[in-house]
Amino acid sequence: MKLYLKIWRQEHRESKGDMVSYEVEGISEQMSFLEMLDLLNERLIKKGERVIEFDHDCREGICGACGMMINGRAHGPLSGTTTCQLHMRSFKDGETVYIEPFRAAAFPVLRDLKIDRSAFDHIIQSGGYVSASTGQAPESNSILIAHDTAEAAFDAAACIGCGACVATCKNSSAALFTSAKISHLVLLPQGKLESADRVIKMVGQMDAEGFGHCSNTEACEVECPQEISVLHIGRMNYEYNKALALRK
Amino acid sequence: MIDAKIPEGNLADKWSNYKDRSKLINPANRKKLDIIVVGTGLAGSSCAATLAEQGYNVKSFCFQDSARRAHSVAAQGGVNAAKNYKNDGDSVYRMFYDTIKGGDFRSREANVYRLAECSLALIDQAVAQGVPFAREYAGYLSNRSFGGVQVSRTFYARGQTGQQLLIGAYQAMMRQESLGKVKTYTRHEMLDLVLVDGKARGIIARNLETGKIERHAANAVVLATGGYGKVYYLSTLAMGCNTSAIWRAHKKGAYMSGVSWIQFHPTCLPQIGETQSKLTLMSESLRNDGRIWVPRKAGDDRVPNEIPEEERDYYLERRYPTFGNLSPRDISSRAAKERIDAGCGLGPMKNAVCLDFSKALKEQGRDKIEEKYGNLFRMYEKINGVDAYKEPMLISPAAHFTMGGLWVDYDLMTTIPGLFALGEANFSDHGANRLGANSLLQSCVDGYFIAPYTIPNFLSTELKSEKVTTDHPAFAEAEMVIREQLDRFLNVQGHLSADHFHKTLGKLLYDKCGLSRTKESLEQAIIEIEALKKSFDHDLKITGDDQVNSELEKAGRVSDFLELGILMCYDALQREESCGAHFREEFQTADGEAVRNDEDFCYVSAWEWKGEDREPVLHKEPLVFETVKLTVRSYK
Repeated sequence: MKLYLKIWRQEHRESKGDMVSYEVEGISEQMSFLEMLDLLNERLIKKGERVIEFDHDCREGICGACGMMINGRAHGPLSGTTTCQLHMRSFKDGETVYIEPFRAAAFPVLRDLKIDRSAFDHIIQSGGYVSASTGQAPESNSILIAHDTAEAAFDAAACIGCGACVATCKNSSAALFTSAKISHLVLLPQGKLESADRVIKMVGQMDAEGFGHCSNTEACEVECPQEISVLHIGRMNYEYNKALALRK
Repeated sequence: MIDAKIPEGNLADKWSNYKDRSKLINPANRKKLDIIVVGTGLAGSSCAATLAEQGYNVKSFCFQDSARRAHSVAAQGGVNAAKNYKNDGDSVYRMFYDTIKGGDFRSREANVYRLAECSLALIDQAVAQGVPFAREYAGYLSNRSFGGVQVSRTFYARGQTGQQLLIGAYQAMMRQESLGKVKTYTRHEMLDLVLVDGKARGIIARNLETGKIERHAANAVVLATGGYGKVYYLSTLAMGCNTSAIWRAHKKGAYMSGVSWIQFHPTCLPQIGETQSKLTLMSESLRNDGRIWVPRKAGDDRVPNEIPEEERDYYLERRYPTFGNLSPRDISSRAAKERIDAGCGLGPMKNAVCLDFSKALKEQGRDKIEEKYGNLFRMYEKINGVDAYKEPMLISPAAHFTMGGLWVDYDLMTTIPGLFALGEANFSDHGANRLGANSLLQSCVDGYFIAPYTIPNFLSTELKSEKVTTDHPAFAEAEMVIREQLDRFLNVQGHLSADHFHKTLGKLLYDKCGLSRTKESLEQAIIEIEALKKSFDHDLKITGDDQVNSELEKAGRVSDFLELGILMCYDALQREESCGAHFREEFQTADGEAVRNDEDFCYVSAWEWKGEDREPVLHKEPLVFETVKLTVRSYK
């Protein structure tokens, strides 16, 4: 099939970008979306043009590196799917497809579709861990965790840090990302002790990075490739208020 | 003669003896020592975090935009530990034996025993960090079984065990970053190792965002940069996985071992088109409940569901009745290739076999299967548009794990003093074939428990040596060589992309140095790769500038893969036996089983780089078995 692509091209962090049109023929249905971009890049090299830069790595939906807005939707038309897992059978011959980077003040564009998501690392650094140094651990079965609790913690821990939640949010809020980590750790006995300090620091860092506030549109849950629930945001708010109220 | 420096004592006491006698460094002095860790997968992150906890200054490098994305993240099935929670007869010794046998008696006893021994503490450590392993209803940790063993010692977090373990290690490292003990350099690629007086003293790295070439000095350098299975282009690895860090260290004097020992994973999605970039892995855990079959007769064009039960050949159950569908990876992959080559393959390219869940679905019900493998079934549907609850999955072997890597001694130190290699980047524990769920284990054990003893043991002798800074002429020299190489790539202005060379090399190696090899195929491959290398030097075309440029990054990696590919062939050529993943067609029994030759080949190859146009030199580390008896590895 043939597609008409309109792709965001931008040289540097500071430069002004633009949508550029490309026509790509010879696309087959079983190709992944990124393989379709590989095909286009291969042709650009032949023509002597600079390739379209985009982040990608595992191509199996788990590393969280890839991510672009496809026709205005983070990771494209399918739900619960990263860009690398999107296949061309989801598109129609002759369709026009708009491809843009994830946009947010806290995610500056580096070049074309590549963005800087180090703000997420900063949020984790502010408290998204259990302070257990190597060597301190007790026997693993001495910490009993109910099956359902472990599963619920896993549901939150499954976040891949891709940033689709931020990109789709009209406020560019990182509430889903931050709350998923807070939920993961507060649900488990190992993470509970540090929970009050953690939530205050992580929410503070999220604000400091320039992410917006959550206004409960729940768009993030719709676009999350791991289908992480907005109920974690509720838990984060509860933990945050509890920590503030009980702060000594 | 190379010396692995195995400690004295009984097998079970060696590691304790080592720890009891290793030298310590005063906490005040640790602050004066800098360590570079390249790679942020499980081995790199866990090592960086643990060394920082001990008080050393750590610089951590990764080419990804965040340390959390290293390819350990993609490991699905689980991590082994000899906890014996199932009371099914497991023990450290049994795990040691399974691993030695699984590796076809081509690994060191002492290293493997230590791996099994440290497995116990790893599970404790991961749980303490908040890794949400699967739990029984009473709250205890759950286990499942994996290929090549008869006990259940695999701990898992649904089908995303690697991701969860990595997040634990990443978070531990981020904690140290907030405490100022780790500095992470993301979007940085190591392009050379810097030696001063024969010791590893730093690296040259390229900032992939600005294009700037940077110098970093340290008292020791750790390479935890993963495996090189991406040499085949089509593989289960991430697109960025490469051999460059270890290859460039090799060219600076570090020996490479077991280079041709590459595992083809039996349960991957087959190639279905020419533009394909990836062969996605479906966790081996699926083989616990899925049955593998092909049609009995060759050239059967029917879809799997139309082929009646009596016309199906469950070839693993037939050939290996004891282990059946849970036979080790090398054996399962080769058996699949044998059937595919016999014309019984299915799918559009006739290169796949069935992984069938109909029996398990009938016996256990859909809910149970969904709980165990739900994410894998969803992934299968996303990629293929097929519902595997209704028809069998189509799977095929794909290049996956490299048992080979940098030669290391018991301390995980390479032949270059001060240069350590951890995780998949070294060759050490898996022999000629790795057992499922031992990879996550080895990476973690190397990083959390071994290197944090052995690196200080090395550094204790370094406190008195003069501090090296990046002003040293060795840095300027290394930097110049790298700059010249990058300029050359940009200026060739040929007509073929880096991917073109990578794909050509991959196809060539798959055919001639893949699941099976012969003397003729390997000799032919060396000639062809040499020619491809020449073409690469003249015909490469890179567009764009020297800043953010993924094509320029690829060129460097492909250039190293080409050289590595030649060494793989030499390594496979010299080993005139079949062992583990290395199957030389000349050395097999009448019914197609591997024939090992312990008399002549019970050693580890250790290759020395001699320069661009010279043949590499083979050194041998003899394998001495004091505890186990070498037997024919049978899974029948």
